[in-house]
Amino acid sequence: MDAGLDKVEGILEKEVAIVDGIDISGPWNRMFEQRVIWDYTPELIEKVASLPGAESFAWCYQCAKCVPVCPVDQVGDYGPRKLYRMAQTGVDLLNHDALWLCTTCRNCVRVCKKVVDMVKIMPAAREQAVLNGFVPEELQTAFENTAKYGNPLGQSQRKRAAWTKKSDVPVPIMKDVKRAEVLWYVGSYPSYHPRGIDASLAAARIFNALNVDFAILGREEKDDGDSQRLAGELGLFEMLAEHNIKVFEKYDWDLMVVTGPHEYNAFKKEYKERFGFDRPIQHYTQFLADRLDQLKPMLKHEIPLKVTFHDPCYLGRHHGEYDAPRALLQAIPGLELVEMGRCRENGYCCGGGGGGMWLDSFTINHTTMRLSERRVLEAVAYGADVLAVSCPFEVSRFEDAAKSTGNDQLKVLDILELLDMSMRGVGLAA
Amino acid sequence: MNIVVAIKHVPSTTDELELNEDGTNLDFDEIDFLLNEFDEHAIEQAVLLKEAAGGEVTVIGVDVIEELDGVLHTALAKGADKAAKIVGDIEPPVSSHTQAKWLADAIAEMNPDLVLTGVQAVDDLDGQIGPMLAAYLDLPYVGVVTGVSSQNGSVLAHKEFAGGVMAEYEVTLPAVLGIQAAEKPPRYAPISKIRQMAKSAEIEEFEVDEDFEYEGCELRKMAKPESAGHAEMIEGDPEEVAEKIIAILEERGLL
Ligand SMILES: Cc1cc2nc3c(=O)[nH]c(=O)nc-3n(C[C@H](O)[C@H](O)[C@H](O)COP(=O)(O)OP(=O)(O)OC[C@H]3O[C@@H](n4cnc5c(N)ncnc54)[C@H](O)[C@@H]3O)c2cc1C
Ligand code: SF4
Ligand code: SF4
Repeated sequence: MDAGLDKVEGILEKEVAIVDGIDISGPWNRMFEQRVIWDYTPELIEKVASLPGAESFAWCYQCAKCVPVCPVDQVGDYGPRKLYRMAQTGVDLLNHDALWLCTTCRNCVRVCKKVVDMVKIMPAAREQAVLNGFVPEELQTAFENTAKYGNPLGQSQRKRAAWTKKSDVPVPIMKDVKRAEVLWYVGSYPSYHPRGIDASLAAARIFNALNVDFAILGREEKDDGDSQRLAGELGLFEMLAEHNIKVFEKYDWDLMVVTGPHEYNAFKKEYKERFGFDRPIQHYTQFLADRLDQLKPMLKHEIPLKVTFHDPCYLGRHHGEYDAPRALLQAIPGLELVEMGRCRENGYCCGGGGGGMWLDSFTINHTTMRLSERRVLEAVAYGADVLAVSCPFEVSRFEDAAKSTGNDQLKVLDILELLDMSMRGVGLAA
Repeated sequence: MNIVVAIKHVPSTTDELELNEDGTNLDFDEIDFLLNEFDEHAIEQAVLLKEAAGGEVTVIGVDVIEELDGVLHTALAKGADKAAKIVGDIEPPVSSHTQAKWLADAIAEMNPDLVLTGVQAVDDLDGQIGPMLAAYLDLPYVGVVTGVSSQNGSVLAHKEFAGGVMAEYEVTLPAVLGIQAAEKPPRYAPISKIRQMAKSAEIEEFEVDEDFEYEGCELRKMAKPESAGHAEMIEGDPEEVAEKIIAILEERGLL
């Protein structure tokens, strides 16, 4: 230790000290002077904690368990403990860039003994910031698009079912059939994003092969709005929820199957708790895993590749579903499933949740690399040929990350695409 | 300062535009409407002026398709104080000349110090609402304005001409300005606030003057553009594609 430190203000150090016969002279007896807690004001902590939903922000006792598990801290300097400390030392989080970095991945809540819940704190604090007019431009565009067109991509609402024209199997629309056993809520990215559409086309083929009596909502469907809510736009979420629930209730169906984990969370948890919408809902991995006996004999073609699976935060940590996606992957002949170090409960976050999907160039100014890039490097380190996903946010994020980190050889595929490939034996030129 | 902003609902061009059966106009039942983009700037400029110099902002439009309330609530959420609409037995399309007369009648009752409009609406690209309002109200007009600041009893309007020439007009009030761009990008109105406004706001209504008829040009035919040629997509890997492009450019004597 540096003996010179004894000159630093606030540190007491006895040159010679013997306690109970033990010599603890020098740095060994170093004491810190009493912390002057009144140097810190609780006001800025209270400013956040007084918002409905954000109360737990004030419960933090600075144990720091949350920091090493926070995916943003892995590529930057973050975590609830640090946010609390910033507020304690004079930072107004409602007016600070740090407000927008949390992806609401839920890993900190998992380990926090005080149940400081960023998944509730963030939307509450961000809503206040949005009302005050403090919102990053990219995010604002996504909000505006969602409000105007019903999807964050800014595509035409009336073209929401246009992807079905590319389908080589029938994709019935509820408006025409009025009743189906399964209502398939497709989602915004699977309806409009080219790579999302690939997964939707695969899903349509799989549902047809399994003889599922299904229908989609087409142009009546709007974005679920949950990620916008987590990013601070509660009103937009409510507007979309009211619309969607009205449409859901217009038709006769027994089970809803959703493509995306965010939509799963939206309908299963938020629409239920806030609007009393309480109907059976499954993520597609759960729906297909339940029909594995029927599906498995159809998976005829080998996929002799090393595949690793990225747990989506909103399917895994948020809803405890880790097994269904893995059961599907393991049913594919020839496929070798390798687990990354950060998997299941401790799965890493792709960076797309909680509005991160629409904050890419904002976030990159505050981190050393994208979360998606960090994840891709991990997949590569585990020797994977394919990074398998089951969330429509992830395909484009990881594909971009594979390119930007020079790992073009890593394929990013939705589990739907892998199943479809194994069924049909096409697209396997890996 | 008592500021009135005249706004217009225009067809959304995100969706493919549909024509009506006899091809004389758009099929107004099949298209969505949005606030004209320049009007967003006019609202922003009005709110900025109010924030800087105090006063009151009223937003008014002709409710052509009976869906204007959403736009008015949004303007209120952005900081406007009052909203008004012109209602009646209105069949779209309504020419900007007719709209100008209806708006002028209503605005005259409001005794404004300053009237702002967007510089033009993206549907007819007519750009005449501002000048016509000024004419009906007998007020001075400056168009293509890209920034306004208030002074005692007048405003300073910043205007851009072609070729990068800038001008600054000192405009005595009352006056009408056509806004090309506000000093700042239009602010975001959180939906929570808009929904609040939808619950609480009152919208003043003015009846249309049904006797007024503008005898102007009539739209006889509208058609979708026909594609004359088509783009050739060159297949292959980037090297091959580049080679083919070079070959084509050389063949046409462009290299
Ligand atoms: C973040 C933080 C920072 C702090 N900083 C300072 C500081 O700078 N200066 C200062 O003076 N004080 C500080 N404190 C306070 C100080 O650490 C505590 O007051 C002190 O540690 C209390 O000591 P303890 O032995 O009573 O309890 P603890 O340190 O909590 O120890 C209790 C021990 O008993 C064990 N135990 C609990 N229940 C059982 C059981 N049923 N059976 C067996 N074992 C059990 C626990 O595992 C633990 O090891 C800080 C506290 C925190 C949380
Ligand atoms: S784990 Fe919880 S209590 Fe500990 S530092 Fe993090 S937020 Fe605070
Ligand atoms: S929710 Fe995730 S990203 Fe947000 S602070 Fe917690 S661990 Fe970090």
